[in-house]
Amino acid sequence: MSTLLEGLFNGISIGSVLLIAALGLAIIFGLMGVINLAHGELIMLGAYSTFVVQNIFKLFGDPWFDFYIIVAIPVAFVVSAAVGIILERGAIRFLYGRPLETLLATWGVSLILQQFVRSVSWLLVISLGIFCLLFFGGMQLVKSRTDWQRVKTKAIALLLPLGAAIAIAFYFLLSKNSALSTPWFSSRNVDVTAPAWLRGGTDALGFQIPYARLFIIGLTLLCLLGVYWFLQRSTWGLKIRSVTQNRTMSSCLGIPTAKVDALTFALGSGLAGIAGCAVSLLGSVGPNTGQNYIIDTFMVVVVGGVGNLLGAILAAMGIGILSYLIGSGTLALVLTNLKAPQSLLDFFFFFASSSMAKVMVFALIIIFLQIKPAGLFPQKGRTAEL
Amino acid sequence: MNSETGIQTKKRKRKNKVIETSVIIALFIILAVILPVVIPAFRLRLVGRFLSLAIVALGIDLIWGYTGLLSLGHGIFFALGGYALAMHLNLQIPEGKIPEFFTLYGVEKLPWIWQPFYSFPVTILALIIIPGIVAGLIGYLVFRNRIKGVYFSILTQAALLVFYNFFNGQQELINGTNGLKTDTEKIFGVLASSPNAQRGFYVTTVILLGLVYLLCRWLTSGRFGRLLMAIRDDETRVRFSGYNPTGYKVLVFGISGAIAGIAGALYTVQTGIINPSIMQVAFSIEMVIWVAVGGRGTLIGAILGTMLVRLAQTSLSESFPEIWLFFQGALFLTVVTVLPDGIVGWFKDYGSPKLRSLIRRDQPLVTYPSLVEDPEVQQERDEIGGRR
Repeated sequence: MSTLLEGLFNGISIGSVLLIAALGLAIIFGLMGVINLAHGELIMLGAYSTFVVQNIFKLFGDPWFDFYIIVAIPVAFVVSAAVGIILERGAIRFLYGRPLETLLATWGVSLILQQFVRSVSWLLVISLGIFCLLFFGGMQLVKSRTDWQRVKTKAIALLLPLGAAIAIAFYFLLSKNSALSTPWFSSRNVDVTAPAWLRGGTDALGFQIPYARLFIIGLTLLCLLGVYWFLQRSTWGLKIRSVTQNRTMSSCLGIPTAKVDALTFALGSGLAGIAGCAVSLLGSVGPNTGQNYIIDTFMVVVVGGVGNLLGAILAAMGIGILSYLIGSGTLALVLTNLKAPQSLLDFFFFFASSSMAKVMVFALIIIFLQIKPAGLFPQKGRTAEL
Repeated sequence: MNSETGIQTKKRKRKNKVIETSVIIALFIILAVILPVVIPAFRLRLVGRFLSLAIVALGIDLIWGYTGLLSLGHGIFFALGGYALAMHLNLQIPEGKIPEFFTLYGVEKLPWIWQPFYSFPVTILALIIIPGIVAGLIGYLVFRNRIKGVYFSILTQAALLVFYNFFNGQQELINGTNGLKTDTEKIFGVLASSPNAQRGFYVTTVILLGLVYLLCRWLTSGRFGRLLMAIRDDETRVRFSGYNPTGYKVLVFGISGAIAGIAGALYTVQTGIINPSIMQVAFSIEMVIWVAVGGRGTLIGAILGTMLVRLAQTSLSESFPEIWLFFQGALFLTVVTVLPDGIVGWFKDYGSPKLRSLIRRDQPLVTYPSLVEDPEVQQERDEIGGRR
């Protein structure tokens, strides 16, 4: 019994990490039909911002250090949300209605973000600032002209290479200066130390329950409640839900769909940042951290269906619990105790490792999709895609 | 302008066909005969790898460019083909022995999966058919339920991860993470890494690239090809016209998988090793960008795009490894937003008319041809123009 309970708890804790990571993705996918392959990198950015906040709090000394996580969560949210808005305004809004192209574009962004984290230094940031100043400042100047629509392409064709050339030249001129060009994080993994009150665990139910896991489950619950409240009780939530249901009609009724898109993207990305904060408590953080979570979170969205939080919750918990029970061998152990036939036991022991569990879970997902192709809670009505 | 008769159209088509055939033959001669003599062996091996990747790109173009199915899991089929050939090479050992790595894991009898790969013809068949069947199966299970678009892409990506984990975990079966080496093995009694064998692989690659090109050409030009494009443009309408798109989609996905299998086998022998890292998520998405750069929906674009991107990658990542990822990311972004039809599409729509008007072979485009040809209108235009 105790083994099963332990398995259940661990499964729920894996599921809650999945859920917190998938929540933002599900909202964005429900609203815009866009799969954001850079979602994993937004999680990674959240984890890195936690690392930075932790380092700043280290300077303050001991009593303060224990509470860095409370500051880190909003910081991670804001950082990821800001990157998300830039991503939406800079690329995704031009690709509206072309989901496959959006997929590729966001993959490009995820590659850039991975490499950015590896090689970010003061010099790179300053060069980027110079480029933005030249390009966007120049565009603002051109915009003040009355015939700016006519010269727009020419202005871009002139300013873009010019700005890029000056910024790159600046970068290479100063790249000898080691104080400026040392990377902040480099490509090695960094470690986030959990505050003292999150280390260790309790033996309440007859097995070890780490506090960090409990904290993540609590955080997930909090996020869920927050999102639920925002979507169901606030004005903007109402607008988001209406655009999710019928974009054209909402637009006709005066809902600013572009603003709703940007807001939703910011919200979803911010949730990814919080997920990154949670992930950083579980292990070391590297540029590839996001990649480990991304496909599992996609599966949550596929199984859960769009436009319903309950679907995402059930899917995340289901996938989390199943993959833990199969992967850790708990299921095989329980079956041994039940004296199940040998062939069944061999079958489950074959899948009793975390990588083989993924194989099994995927097969189960495919079987599930044969029965319910659009997920647990498909969208209904005439506008729903056949 | 539109008064071209049927005979003229036919003539023009035949002329285009002659031009195309001669270009293909010329390219073939350059690649297969001249290049091996001109460039050094290790560069040739590189070009051979690029060309085998171009074969996958053709397969991806078939399903993405023509049918509108974005697969992010072609690494599976690529790896399956590669493993099939590598297993055959690893079995070129004296009777009764088993490949060396098995002893590391305490395996004494050859697993049954390996048995068929003793024979060369069976291996060749397997490296085409196994990926094809796996692709067809995945396709059938997904398309049967009318799952499409982004869902399909994500599911193929998940399948890729699953295969990656499976191959990594199966050490007793296929040497897990370490993979299978082919460079130290023999094929037809010749060491696979020897210059002669490598040249043989290279020429085979060129020939197969040509054959696969012709196959894709044939598939996309007739009724079948038109149906594929119809599925891409409006699948619901195809269904309402009385076709069942599922069968066609499964078939074309299977063919694409088989093509990827061939490419994987050729790539493996020219790389020298195959291991599960070929099934990394990034590599499979990269395959898509080759097609996107060249121009999807054009077969020649797929080949061109592959060569260009791979060349850029080798030259950039040799000198500035950290810039390559930035560059690749930017490539994804710009190709998708600025150049959605790729290089070939851009050339067709914009470059070629511009070039023609520069060397004045074409009349400038006119909106109302009947007005230009009407003598009365011309006379009036001259008079009014003259008065000004």
